[in-house]
Amino acid sequence: MSIALRIEQIEKNFRDTQVLRGVSLNIEQGELIALLGPSGSGKTTLLRTIAGLEFQDRGDILFGDINARQLSLRERRIGFVFQHYALFRHMTVQDNIAFGLRAKPRKQRPAETEIRKRVSELLQLVQLDGLESRYPAQLSGGQRQRVALARALAIDPRLLLLDEPFGALDTKIRKDLRQWLKELHHRTGHTTIFVTHDQDEAFELADRVAILSDGRLEQVGTPDQIRQHPANDFVAEFLGQKQPHESARILPLKRKTF
Amino acid sequence: MPRRDPIGESAFTRSGLILLVVAFLGVVVFLPLAIIFAEALRNGVATYFAALADPDTLSALRLTLTVAAIAVPFNALFGLCAAWATTKYEFPGKNLLLALIDIPFSVSPVISGLIYVLMFGAHGVLGPWLKDHHIDIIFAVPGIVLATTFVTFPFVAREIIPLMQAQGTEEEQASLSLGASGLYTFWHVTLPNIKWALLYGVLLCNARAMGEFGAVSVVSGHIRGLTNTLPLHIEIQYAENITAAFAVATLLAGLALVTLVIKTLLEWRYADELAAAHRTVGAH
Repeated sequence: MSIALRIEQIEKNFRDTQVLRGVSLNIEQGELIALLGPSGSGKTTLLRTIAGLEFQDRGDILFGDINARQLSLRERRIGFVFQHYALFRHMTVQDNIAFGLRAKPRKQRPAETEIRKRVSELLQLVQLDGLESRYPAQLSGGQRQRVALARALAIDPRLLLLDEPFGALDTKIRKDLRQWLKELHHRTGHTTIFVTHDQDEAFELADRVAILSDGRLEQVGTPDQIRQHPANDFVAEFLGQKQPHESARILPLKRKTF
Repeated sequence: MPRRDPIGESAFTRSGLILLVVAFLGVVVFLPLAIIFAEALRNGVATYFAALADPDTLSALRLTLTVAAIAVPFNALFGLCAAWATTKYEFPGKNLLLALIDIPFSVSPVISGLIYVLMFGAHGVLGPWLKDHHIDIIFAVPGIVLATTFVTFPFVAREIIPLMQAQGTEEEQASLSLGASGLYTFWHVTLPNIKWALLYGVLLCNARAMGEFGAVSVVSGHIRGLTNTLPLHIEIQYAENITAAFAVATLLAGLALVTLVIKTLLEWRYADELAAAHRTVGAH
């Protein structure tokens, strides 16, 4: 399989705080990868840097042979799904989904009939047909999430990036949506990276999981590899944290995972 | 009888509050407005229209509209720029800038006018240079425009900034990451999200621009037919011919009412969109 994304020694500071301390990671075409870590580990910053919403201080991001530094935000063609969806509140569902197509420079813009066709295909894909004339405020959290996903898919992204895709949803919907996202990934085959702090989510969904802590990559591997051979104490402890063994009996207070 | 709203106040408090507001508005707003029209028409409709048709009145009306036509678009543009700069970027001195925008609200309009006299007047800082180049600012239309612009510049900015702060920049980021240009993002994402606040700010700005007295009074020089705006003209008339003063005052009141009607019409016209924007998530 070919490498879709190469992350090389990314460093990033916010004022005096170092958020990413030299992160390197290769992601293969069509892979579904989870960036897992506690809050403040730098996973969202890494995701935003790949998208071009932040700029790294040092290091390179390569899409195949192309260095992302040469690409403007619009040329990166990254489908980014924000944690709180960032849907355009004054646009209907179909206008939200069509946005990326309509915003293209005139020469590359598809005809309006083509756009409509694409939108209805995407509506079907995310199972929202019939809701195309609704406004975001009239949708449930799960529906908004799927609109955001369809909107990101509309631009035929080279990468699909999801920031805490299930973070704002309640448990029942999270589980359903997780399964649904996995199926969607199988069907569309987009190289996908998602950020989460929930290891169940990461391990159930991802082909490989990358564990971050304090701006460093602690371990990358398949869920089985990581579970069986944690690379260091941090990973072992981080994984152990959520096992519902004795701690649950000793402490009646359930530890919050998000 | 319907059950009382568990979190509401007692009927007594409720009707008391409503009565208080109605009485207050009646005495402070409605009564004076009614008196303006009553006084204006006291000597009959003919006198009323004669006062309005007076060349000085017409010239004052023209000047007021001209000044508003320059000051309002400028301040709308300035307000947008200021709101954009202070909500989308982080930079040192940002709070100072926000405080500066508020200055016209906290400074007496007379001082605002005086500042311009001290800068551009015959004995002002730039006075001699302006005189050498035959540029009239004070006691001329440019001074009136400047003073009006100064006094009204916070209206639009103050209306949009809190809204843009509340909305954040995520939608803009989404737009850019979907491949839209900065300009496209502004027209299709930012502007639609703030258009109601912008419109409201523009209307407030316009109302104040047409009604401004203090600052304009200082820089105008009160030259009849040339540098008198409607409020200044009313003041002069008040000393000479009270009925005429009230007649002209109805013009200003009329302009204010037109502003109000436009606002209501627009809100009614776009009620669906407004409702959609404000609607919260339904039960699911």
